[in-house]
Formats: sequence, C-alpha cells, structure tokens
Amino acid sequence: MLEVRDLRKSFAGFQAVAGVSFSVARGEIAAIIGPNGAGKTTLFNLVTGHVRPDAGTVTLKGRDITGLPPHAVCRLGMGRSFQRTNIFPRLTVFQNVQAAFISHRGRGRDLWTPVDRLYRAETEAVLASIGLLDRAGEMSGFLSHGARKQLELGLALASEPDLLLLDEPTAGMSATETRETIDLVSRIAGERGLTLLFTEHDMDVVFSIARRVTVLHQGSVIAEGPPAAVRADAEVRRVYLGERR
Amino acid sequence: MPDPSFLFAQALSGLTVAMFLFLIASGLSLIFGVLRVLNFAHGSFYMLGAYLAWQFVQWVGTGPGRFWWAAAGAAAGIAVLGGLVERLLLRHLYGKDELYQLLFTYALVLILSDVAKVAWGTGQLSVSRPPGLDGAVRLAGTVVPYYNLFILLLGPAIAVAFWVVLYRTRAGRLIRAAALDREMLGALGTDVNRLYTGVFVLGSFLAGLGGALVTPVKTIVPGMDVEIIVEAFIVVVIGGLGSFWGTFLGALVYGQVLSFGILVIPRFSIFSVFALMAVVLILRPWGLLGRPLR
Amino acid sequence: MSRLRRVPWGGLALAAALAVPAFGSRFYTFVATDVVILALFAVSLNLLLGYTGLVSFGHAAYFAIGAYTCGILMKKAAVPFALAWPAGGLLAAALALVFGFFCVRLTKIYFAMLTLAFAQIVWAICFKWNDVTGGEQGMPEVPYPELAWMARLPGLGDLRTSDHFYLLTVVLVGLCLGILRRIVGSPFGRILTTIRENPERAEFIGVDVRRYELVAFVIAGGFAGLAGALFGIFNRGVFPDFAYWPKSSEALIMTLLGGMGHFWGPAVGALVLLVLNQQITAYTEYWPFVLGTILIVLLFAFPGGIVGALDAAARRLGRRR
Repeated sequence: MLEVRDLRKSFAGFQAVAGVSFSVARGEIAAIIGPNGAGKTTLFNLVTGHVRPDAGTVTLKGRDITGLPPHAVCRLGMGRSFQRTNIFPRLTVFQNVQAAFISHRGRGRDLWTPVDRLYRAETEAVLASIGLLDRAGEMSGFLSHGARKQLELGLALASEPDLLLLDEPTAGMSATETRETIDLVSRIAGERGLTLLFTEHDMDVVFSIARRVTVLHQGSVIAEGPPAAVRADAEVRRVYLGERR
Repeated sequence: MPDPSFLFAQALSGLTVAMFLFLIASGLSLIFGVLRVLNFAHGSFYMLGAYLAWQFVQWVGTGPGRFWWAAAGAAAGIAVLGGLVERLLLRHLYGKDELYQLLFTYALVLILSDVAKVAWGTGQLSVSRPPGLDGAVRLAGTVVPYYNLFILLLGPAIAVAFWVVLYRTRAGRLIRAAALDREMLGALGTDVNRLYTGVFVLGSFLAGLGGALVTPVKTIVPGMDVEIIVEAFIVVVIGGLGSFWGTFLGALVYGQVLSFGILVIPRFSIFSVFALMAVVLILRPWGLLGRPLR
Repeated sequence: MSRLRRVPWGGLALAAALAVPAFGSRFYTFVATDVVILALFAVSLNLLLGYTGLVSFGHAAYFAIGAYTCGILMKKAAVPFALAWPAGGLLAAALALVFGFFCVRLTKIYFAMLTLAFAQIVWAICFKWNDVTGGEQGMPEVPYPELAWMARLPGLGDLRTSDHFYLLTVVLVGLCLGILRRIVGSPFGRILTTIRENPERAEFIGVDVRRYELVAFVIAGGFAGLAGALFGIFNRGVFPDFAYWPKSSEALIMTLLGGMGHFWGPAVGALVLLVLNQQITAYTEYWPFVLGTILIVLLFAFPGGIVGALDAAARRLGRRR
C-alpha cells in the first residue's frame, strides 16, 4: 500500500528526517513511535504532501506521490487526521463531513444544486460509525475535545481513503476516552478494510492494536517489526530509558 | 545625454524624499512587524504631526530654536495619541480577525481627517524653515537648501539610532522577540500588552516627527494623509514588511524610482508606482529583505 | 432553525422594491436605484469576504471595468444595452481571472494589498487613457437603454423613464442575486466556506484551494462588473473614481454593516448606508467622521452587522419561549 524510501528533510540545517524507509502492507495496522523530536510529525507531513522532501520517494498503491500537494494525495486515497484538531468551526458536524464527501466525490464543481440534502445517507453513515449522529446539527466549534477528535476521524473517513494516517489520535485523552477511540478506530478499520498508519506516545495503545511498529529516533529508523520484537530491542529500550512508565 | 547636474539634483531630491519616507515607513513597518497590524492611520498621524507642528509654531513663534521645540512637541503629542488609541481601542481587537483591525485603522483615518478639517480648516498651511537652516548651498551645479541637507543626514542618523535600540538594548531584544513569536514571549513572563503599547507609541512618534519635520518643505493640506500612507505602503512592500533595513532600502529605491520614473514615463507616474508594488507582490511578496512568511 | 429563516426575505424584498415607483417620487426612485445596484456590488464582494474568507481591497476595479465597458460600447459604438450589459460583466470577469490568478497565490495581508494595487492600476489607466476612457473627465452622458417597450407593458405606461430603468434594474439585479444565492447554496458554495474556516484542512479533504478561490474571485468580479455597468447608466456618466479606493471601502463597509455572515447582509448594509449618507450629508459635511464612528461601533459592538445582531436577538427570543 505505502512505500517510503530514503526520505530526507532538513530545516535550516537541522535534519528532521534523515533517510527513513519503511513500508505498510494493505490492510495492516502499523505504528510509528519515537521520543519527542524524533521526526514523526515531519515524516507524516512528508508522506501527505504538506512538506516537500529534500530526497527520497513516497509510493502509494504503486504510484509515486513524492512532492504532490496535499489535495492531490488525498484524492489518490490517503486520508489524514491531525494532531491538533483541525475542523471547520463555523460549520455544523453534518456540514463538516458532508463537505469532505462533496470534495471527494468531485461535486465541488456543481454551482447549482442546493446542497442541504446532498450525500445525506453517506454522511449520516459516517457520523453513525463515529458516534456523532445525534449531534449532527451542532456547531462543530463548540464540541468538546474528544468529540472534535471523533469528527476529525469522520472527516478523514469521508474521503473514503484506502490508507488512513492518524497523527497522535489519543493525545490529550483520558484512559476511558483513549480506549473508546482505539476501539472505534480498529472497528472502523476492520469494517472498511482500511490500512492504518498512526503515530502515538501511548505505548499501551500501540502495542494493543499495531501489527507492525517502526521506531524513529533523531530522524532515523532504529528498529522495525512486530510489537513484541520491538519492545525487546535493546536499542529501543536505551532510547526510551526514562520515558517508559 | 541629460545634464549631470540635473541628474544629481534629481538623485538628491529622490534621496530627500526617501529619508522622509523612511522616517514614516519605519514606524509602519515596526508596528506591522510586532503587532501584525497594517496601520492605515499612520498617514493620519503624520498629517496631524504636521498640523500640530504648525500650531505650536503659531504659539511659540519663529525665534531661534523654536521650530525644534514645536516639532518635538508635535511628535510627542502624536505619540500620546497613538498610546491612547492602542490602549483604549485597538487592544480589544487583537483576538479578532485581522480584517477588523484593518478596518479599525481605516475608521481612524476617516475620523482623524475630519478632526483635522474642523481644527485647521481645508486651506493650505505652511511653516517657514527654521532660522539657521534657511539658507542653501551650491553643490555640483545645483542649489541645495540646508534644511534638505539636514534631512539627508537625519535619515541615516535615525536609522542607526533605531538599529542600536533594536539590536543593542534589552527593549530592542524584546521587540524583536515579539516580532518572531509573541506567544512565547508572553509565556516567558514579559508584559506583552505594555510592549505592544510601547511599540505603537514609538511608531506613532516617528510618524508625527516625520510630519512635523516635513512642514518647512511641503505645504500642509488635507489629503496628505492618504498620499503618504500609499507611499509608505509601497516602501514597506518593496523593502519587506517587518524588516528594518528593508524599509530603509525600500525608501531609497522608491525615492529614486519616483524621481527618475517621472522623467522616463511622465504620463504614467501614478500607474508606475502601483505597478511597481504589484510586481513586487507578484514576484517577491516578502520584499527585498523580508522573511518569506506565509 | 429560527423562525426568521423561514420568512421569504428575498420575495419580500423584491415586492418592496417593485413597489417603489408607485410612490411617484423621483427622489425615492433615485435612491432606490442606487441601493439596488450597490446591493449587488456588495453581495458580490461578500462572496469573497463572507463565504471564502478573502479580503479584497480592490473590488471596485471590476465595478469600474463593467461601467466603462458598457458605457463605451453604448456611447461610442451604439451597442444596445442587451449586449453591452453582459459584456460589462464578462470583461470584468476576464480581468478578475487575470488579476485573481496572481492574487490567490498570496495570503491575508499580501492578498489584500495586491488587490488594492491592481485596483489602483485600473484607476490610473482609466484616469490617464484619455482616448478610450475620457481620462480625468470620465465619460459623461452615457445613453439610457432603449426603454420605450416598457411603456407598452400593462400598468407601466405612465411612469417616467427613470422609473422604467429602475424596474429594469430591479429585475436584472434580482436575477443576479438569485443566481448568486443559488451558487452560495450549492456544493461549490459549501466548499468555499470550508476554505474560509480552515484552508489547510480544506486541502486535506481534497480541495484545491487556489482554484476554488480563483473561481470565486472571477464570479465576484463578474457580478461586480454587472453592477458597475448599471451604475454607469444610472449615474449618467462613468468616471475614474469608480475604481478608486473609497468605492472599494464603501462596499466593504456595507458588507460589514449589514453582516458578512448572511447572504442578504450586504444588501441591508447598502440600504442603511445609503439612506444614512443621504440624511447625514444633508446636515453636515463631516460624513467621513460619522462613517468612521459607525464603523468603530460596528467593529466593537456588532461584528455580525445588522443582520447578525437581529439574528442573534431572534434566537435569544426563540430560546426564552
């Protein structure tokens, strides 16, 4: 599904990503972990097209997407949710997700049809699966943090992606919320046959659902493999020393 | 081949214009750099500085040294006005959309221009050159008034003073830090509110001073606020919004373009000025020395 | 859904507008024509401002292009109004395409300044191009369209020409507003609001932000041109200051006054501003002062404009029940 080869990116002399390679197979749930500053978010930005890499390639479903702008990458089947919730505050919950459908189905060119009922069924289906259907008419700017994260996920899902990138999906959540979110995410991934790639700080989360873990440290991959192997890796333990609970 | 002394005169005139513009544009650029507000009313402060200087000259007379007191008084007065505006009004708009701040400064322009009309009428006023600087000297085949020479020297002097303040004092460091990351600065315990007021006061002072000092050279008329703000904008865009030396450079460039542009394409001098701004914005929006911020 | 929303404001406004000539007052018709035309101008600006989040300081450029195109065609080439009017809109849209292409690559303050620079260039060209635009003097005596056919319509026979033109204006502007309303309520319009809310996120639901902004810019410019064309005739002359900054700022203020958040906001703003202008300039020459004060009050107390304030009040009343 996704193949990343030798990606590099520097910002003003600082090497954020220094030759990272990994791949994610179709239907897999994979995680990228690493201490703060390891380059996880930059890596995501490189893969999704928000930032152009200095070197290296990104391939999605066999197609080279290196350097393509975010909206093009999105159209090719990659969805992303953001670490800081990034929604459309003065639109309702329904309108948020509907907009994603409108864009994804190419209906943005339509200047004539009244938009209120467009893609109603699909939008409501997504809202139902993320648990926000009863709040469809609420102004999304007023949602609680947890609900916003759910909406974030909904926006990503509405683009009907094949690969979903989640940037710290449980950041700032309580233990209950975290569990709920993770259940939701893995259920949806299973239902829709999505491939999932996420970054996380919460190790429990990572080890509970990821099949494959890539560990980043100072811009390079230091370990990769199934969670049990990574957990036992000496280098990983050294890097995380003091960060593990 | 045009007469060299004519070229020299044009270049000198361009430099003089540039120095005035630098004085005013530096305040504009400073305010934008730190507060992220493009202050349309900056031109109004300039105009009021001129009117105030005229008023003070009426009161203190034209004896030796009086003009300088009047100019200083006018600049101080405008600084106070700026402080009041920022503290009482502008401050409450910081959290809101940039458009609101822009429209607020535009509203100020409307109000202040009418205030000036009520206070000083719509006629032309002028101030004579201060005694001591009212002569002229012959330089390279052209006559240069002493006052203009004074301005030519003042410009760089202020630039240097500015630079010293920005780069060699604690206050300057705070200002530069605020321009880069105001949230961080607030988190570090600096009273960002007071800093903002201070910057706005300083910027307004410069505008007022520019207006006061321009009075012996230009007649004071309604409409000088709009004229100068447009020119200040162009200078700041060419040089780079928020960049200090950029403003200086922009002023120099614009001064010469104005001087020689009129000779080359007389029918389109207004056009060429805005065309220049458009070209800079299209090709290099952050100007000659600004930082590419998006 | 507040009760207010179910009221057919558009229909009511149309009916009210059509009824004006019945008063038989030349003055009322004059003011009403002004209001209706500028309402279209302001609503076209709001497509950018309120719906897409783009602050344009140079919208008057397209207003002027429309006015000059229509005026030149009718006066110098004797082109009938039925062709000259749409031509005004088309040329304005074409210019919006060219200018917009450069403007949408910038953001926020840089975008605003480039729109201003372009508008001033248009003004300077109109000011200096004596042969085509009449230069500083402008083009006085733009002919009225051929309106004799209107006198033959039932009930309209004994109205003045200015009333005929007014009614034609109402119909044309009504049509334009209807189209704009449709556009704003379409999937395209919905995408524009996502750009306003969060352009970064919009990119990541697959929206090519620049392209949408450009399309919005062209549509807005086109309708501004149509408004300008009507204004040139109404004003009996086309002048360079149609493109000048105060014209652009007038549209901005109307939009803010009426409320950027509602489709009819700018139209309401146009009505209120023009009426206020009429009343106040009759008493004092210090209209700018008054305008500035109104603007400040708006910015601090009523950021949603008149319609925004009414809507909020209605909602509060609705809740209390």
